[in-house]
Amino acid sequence: MTECPLCSGELTLPDNTVKGELIECDECGSELEVVGVTPFQLNEAPQEEEDWGE
Amino acid sequence: MSTNIGFLHSLIRKDEKYLLDEFASRKGVELHMIDDREIVFDIENDAFNFDVVIERSINHSRALHALKLFESAGVRCLNSSKTATICGDKLLTNIALKEHGVPQADVKVAFTEQSALKAIEEMGYPVVLKPAVGSWGRLLAKINDRDAAEAILEHKTVLGSYHHSIFYIQRYIEKTHQRDIRSFVVGDECIAAIYRTAPHWITNTARGGVATNCPLTDEIREISLAASKAVGGGIIALDLFETPNGLLVNEVNYTMEFKNSIDTTGVNIPRHIVDYVLSRANRD
Repeated sequence: MTECPLCSGELTLPDNTVKGELIECDECGSELEVVGVTPFQLNEAPQEEEDWGE
Repeated sequence: MSTNIGFLHSLIRKDEKYLLDEFASRKGVELHMIDDREIVFDIENDAFNFDVVIERSINHSRALHALKLFESAGVRCLNSSKTATICGDKLLTNIALKEHGVPQADVKVAFTEQSALKAIEEMGYPVVLKPAVGSWGRLLAKINDRDAAEAILEHKTVLGSYHHSIFYIQRYIEKTHQRDIRSFVVGDECIAAIYRTAPHWITNTARGGVATNCPLTDEIREISLAASKAVGGGIIALDLFETPNGLLVNEVNYTMEFKNSIDTTGVNIPRHIVDYVLSRANRD
């Protein structure tokens, strides 16, 4: 169990969650990045940059 | 002996997660995560113990330079820096397609407001103005008349960074059934395709286009494989226009996103990609 850094809602992440993974908060819908896995730590996901994507 | 795979990434999206899960299911594979936000290259001294690096960076600029640096250290990369260089620049893609005789949408290029306006008027309205480097349908402008052309060209000149002064002008293709096609090529095989349908003229799924299965035809296979070969090959996704005169290539993508296309097509795209990566890793 970990906490959304934006709304403080509780999130349960699967065991195979990896560092860098993007997830969505079930409560506030924010896009979050997993920045640590032992223990789980979450930050708000980075904003889209100009050269992102294909 | 295990196969050492370098997995170049930044954020891990669902696409990357599918690939990680697929790699994890394979025996004899050692996966090395390479976060492009953390790696530091030492050009003269780098030595890597990877049989192959698969590139899944979200930033084009980081991907391109990292691929060049890994290749310079003797590491095979998928896709290659050549493929990334060509696909990352729409103009270089057009040149490669032309040199290989692959049918594509009409494009004109100009470097000043005045010459761009002349090119647009010669092509005839509507046209689409695109950044030569860019994705996800960002900063595309459909220009329906001269007033809009003058306004957009002035705005790009005054407000844009320097690469917006490379005016990339594409003839607007009226989409049959409000859709285009995205096809997926892995190595020498066109493995699947989807229709991307939207009431808006931009059909990218990142912009709300809805994906449905597109049965593969000989024409889709043929143009997809020819375009892939033209840009250097590898793991490629193509955007195709349907026209009364046949299919035309719109764009070619080298870090393909496929998460919306697995269930839609029934094709296990990550399995195909991992098979291909491992086959290339084990090749001398």
